[in-house]
Amino acid sequence: MVSIRVRSASVDFPIFDAKSRSLKTTVLGVVGGRIGANASRVVVVKALQDIDLDLDHGARVALIGHNGAGKSTLLRLLSGIYEPTSGTAEVTGRVAPVFDLAVGMDPEISGLDNIMIRGLFLGMTHEQMQERVDDIAEFTELGDYLRMPIRTYSTGMRVRLALGVVTSIDPEILLLDEGIGAVDAAFLRKARKRLTDLVDRSGLLVLASHSDELLRELCDTAIWLDHGQIRQQGPLEPVLEAYKNRPGGR
Amino acid sequence: MVARGSQVSRSWHLALDDLSRGWKQRALWGHLGWQDIKQRYRRSVLGPLWITISMAVTAIALGVLYAGLFGNPIERQLPYILVGFVVWAFIGGCITEGSTVFISNAGLIKHLPAPVSVHVFRLIWRQVLFFAHNLVVYVVMFAVFPQPLGLGSLLVFPAFALLIANGMWVALLIGIVSTRFRDLPPVTQSVVQLMFFLTPIVWIYEDLQNSDNAAIRDRARFAELNPFLHFLETIRRPLLGQSFELRHWVVVLVITVIGWALALVVMRNYRSRVSYWV
Repeated sequence: MVSIRVRSASVDFPIFDAKSRSLKTTVLGVVGGRIGANASRVVVVKALQDIDLDLDHGARVALIGHNGAGKSTLLRLLSGIYEPTSGTAEVTGRVAPVFDLAVGMDPEISGLDNIMIRGLFLGMTHEQMQERVDDIAEFTELGDYLRMPIRTYSTGMRVRLALGVVTSIDPEILLLDEGIGAVDAAFLRKARKRLTDLVDRSGLLVLASHSDELLRELCDTAIWLDHGQIRQQGPLEPVLEAYKNRPGGR
Repeated sequence: MVARGSQVSRSWHLALDDLSRGWKQRALWGHLGWQDIKQRYRRSVLGPLWITISMAVTAIALGVLYAGLFGNPIERQLPYILVGFVVWAFIGGCITEGSTVFISNAGLIKHLPAPVSVHVFRLIWRQVLFFAHNLVVYVVMFAVFPQPLGLGSLLVFPAFALLIANGMWVALLIGIVSTRFRDLPPVTQSVVQLMFFLTPIVWIYEDLQNSDNAAIRDRARFAELNPFLHFLETIRRPLLGQSFELRHWVVVLVITVIGWALALVVMRNYRSRVSYWV
């Protein structure tokens, strides 16, 4: 059974300036003591605070909020990359994330290798990925480009590749970051069908984006994140409306 | 199923779980490790063999030099140095690359969920593959200067297995700590370089032990305090057909146990912080 249960979870990032990241200062600080060189005096950014979240099979959730509101951090929390610094996050189901696509992969490897590595990361075997390569190649329409190093890819092409992989492996929980807006409209229509099929069949989808169009295409409910907290949660349109009419909004 | 939070993050169960899930993903790190090797072959005919060649050239030059300086026969000095270099390349590689194992994989760690041990397995696997490349040096050397191998030489296999097990905990431990404290990688590098000179790789330990000079005999005993000497000897002695010395194995086994205990404590307490620190 697919589910996401988050209970008063917080994510605090320690921001080590050059001083506290150095072993020397920590050691000297402990030895010398009391000059205010307390090793634990690290600046902390509270990226997420007291998040409570229940999502189940079939949920198609839009994450909205201004830059730095915590959308990407929440997605990483749900994917298991970050474990909450307090509270709990219980995620049941096979997770497939598609995050910021420019980084994370060796730019010298080919598209085909990229497909393999992403698949292996998501828990597939070599054989399972071999079987899916043709399907992914066809879906992404990348053709001979798959043999080229991915440094030659445009952002849209990388998105196609990543979406091709995650939609081919039958994940249960799909976590998509805003980057996927980079693909053209025609491809998006194609992807939409695959994504909604996936969600209907087995799982749930959480999508962070600034594009209302994209959100309306794929989601039916929404979470508005503001300064690391959930400001509002419910059906897509009212939340989107409230978000737009917020003070200082457009 | 993932159940995590501040209270549960620090648990032995999750630390061991990370290791066992990492081991299960061997298709992943196996592939990534190969990828690292293939990367070196790309656009280059000899690829990683360049490292082997440059190592062999240095070792041969030093072998000739030190054979002359110490007045040793070249067929004794050169194999000693060559085997020492091959083993040291593995030890040094695990330690120096271990200090940046998470820092250099920051992109992957932040974008694809995986047990942190996957990156360590990949590193060790890559070093094993390099070691296999470097064995070419041993084979060539063996053809030129045959060594009196016997049944005891089979001990090289458990010795190398122990070396791998130690590379693993060292990389986990240094990797996690230096992700938090960024001046460790350069420190590690200097220490590894220093240890290369303090460890009997270019100089023959036994010659000093059996020196005519009593003062040198006394001082030579201090070399036994260097743990790297014992690791090196467990592998070098079988490869050169020398006799079995129990004390080296005892020291190596003790270090393996203590090292893993330390690494597990660090894993337990800071495993979940790695993705925050990178």
